[in-house]
Amino acid sequence: MAAASQSVFDLLAYDAPGWGGVMLGGFYMSLKLAFGGYFLGLAIGIGGACGKLYGGPLIRDLMEIYTTLIRAVPDLVLMLLLYYAGTDALSQLLALMGYGAVDINALMAGIFVIGAVQGAYSTEVLRGAIKAVPVGQIEAARAYGMSPLMVLRRVTLPAMLPHAIPGLANLWMIATKDTALLAVIGLSELTLVTRQAAGSTKAYMLFFLAAGALYLALTLVSNVVIRLIEKRARRGLVRTA
Amino acid sequence: MTDPQEAIRVTDLHKRFGPLEVLKGISLTAKQGDVIAIIGGSGSGKSTFLRCINLLELPTAGSVAVHGETIDMKTDGQGGLMPANRKQVERIRSRLAMVFQSFNLWQHMTVLGNVIEVPIHVLGVPRDQAIATAETILKRVGLFEKRDVYPSFLSGGQQQRAAIARALAVQPLAMLFDEPTSALDPELVGEVLSVIGDLAREKRTMLLVTHEMKFAREVSNHVVFLHNGLIEEQGPPEQVFGAPKSERLKKFISSIH
Repeated sequence: MAAASQSVFDLLAYDAPGWGGVMLGGFYMSLKLAFGGYFLGLAIGIGGACGKLYGGPLIRDLMEIYTTLIRAVPDLVLMLLLYYAGTDALSQLLALMGYGAVDINALMAGIFVIGAVQGAYSTEVLRGAIKAVPVGQIEAARAYGMSPLMVLRRVTLPAMLPHAIPGLANLWMIATKDTALLAVIGLSELTLVTRQAAGSTKAYMLFFLAAGALYLALTLVSNVVIRLIEKRARRGLVRTA
Repeated sequence: MTDPQEAIRVTDLHKRFGPLEVLKGISLTAKQGDVIAIIGGSGSGKSTFLRCINLLELPTAGSVAVHGETIDMKTDGQGGLMPANRKQVERIRSRLAMVFQSFNLWQHMTVLGNVIEVPIHVLGVPRDQAIATAETILKRVGLFEKRDVYPSFLSGGQQQRAAIARALAVQPLAMLFDEPTSALDPELVGEVLSVIGDLAREKRTMLLVTHEMKFAREVSNHVVFLHNGLIEEQGPPEQVFGAPKSERLKKFISSIH
């Protein structure tokens, strides 16, 4: 069957020979990468921000090196580097430890790569937000006998949230789009499968528009969720114009 | 040696910020039920003294005992002191309720949330019991209707009364007031003083750093005048305010009125 004779609906049909199922599968993969990478980055960011703010000189220097290096190198280069060199180093390490050749899960590697990049940016967003928390609130928590960890959990982190959300929301948007860079390492995320679909059907416009629509839908849904989270986080603050 | 009847005993407290010695050896004992007013000009060290008691500032030398229990300190290797036992400090702090000049309520929690926070998370009181106690206290300071409001939507006077409610909720062994009315608009000072006055009259142990001389005279049973990091003069309020002996205190009192 010639490509030209296929209708849009045939091409986008869920089941083969339509490419809808493959596209959605790629989208699902992108979502997993974005979620995994973002939350890994957030965890690294909390640790990194605390390390920079409360750590000793050694920890502070290490964090500084991490955030500087990651933010200095283009994401694409980092991804190639971390993916190929990183997985290579890991499998050699595992081989040395006597585990033999290990196949590293591509999804995990992708999440790790995005998380490492996001972590550096999250560290800076969270560090700024924590510094914006009025000292008095942290002092009151200490004065009432909270342990350092409890101060962080009960006061510092919730109090810094309103300051962090605009920056963190930005990072989430970037994470969703950064997943597309992972196409270069052969992860079957949305951009890669779109290229395959477009290449084998020659319906370039159709499939790239479809992919664009999926990215757009993700952004629109994210906006709604972020607005709800921000409203909740700012509940204790007087609205300013 | 130590007496549990003594709510707070401070012995020869020194505090140095770099080259500046702010406290030059202060000793003070508060027995249970004492209301001690600490007065003095700005820079006299009165707030620093109060903040050394719960170790928000670490003293350079000297010791603090609460209810007969001396807080263990060790040297920090740089000529100062640091707590030897973090758990002990946290336990003692949780029962030394502090009321701050700028309220320092937790902005992401409602008034009720602020009042039940320490009982639940630090003292381990069951949630429903903490809420019941908190509601009684909030009625007492006149904020029961505001219990679900966030602090930034309240007036300064209301915020400070909420902060006093937070302090009362830990059933404090002693209360530390650090200039509780200094950040308030003049018309809001009265409502806060009246709450503190009530607490003083029911013989709660308190140390009160204040600029409200008339109030200090009314509610305290002992007044301490600090000057340049030392106790210049102390005694019952009638004596300190009525018949000051030192020149500096005379000058300070006349400058206030």
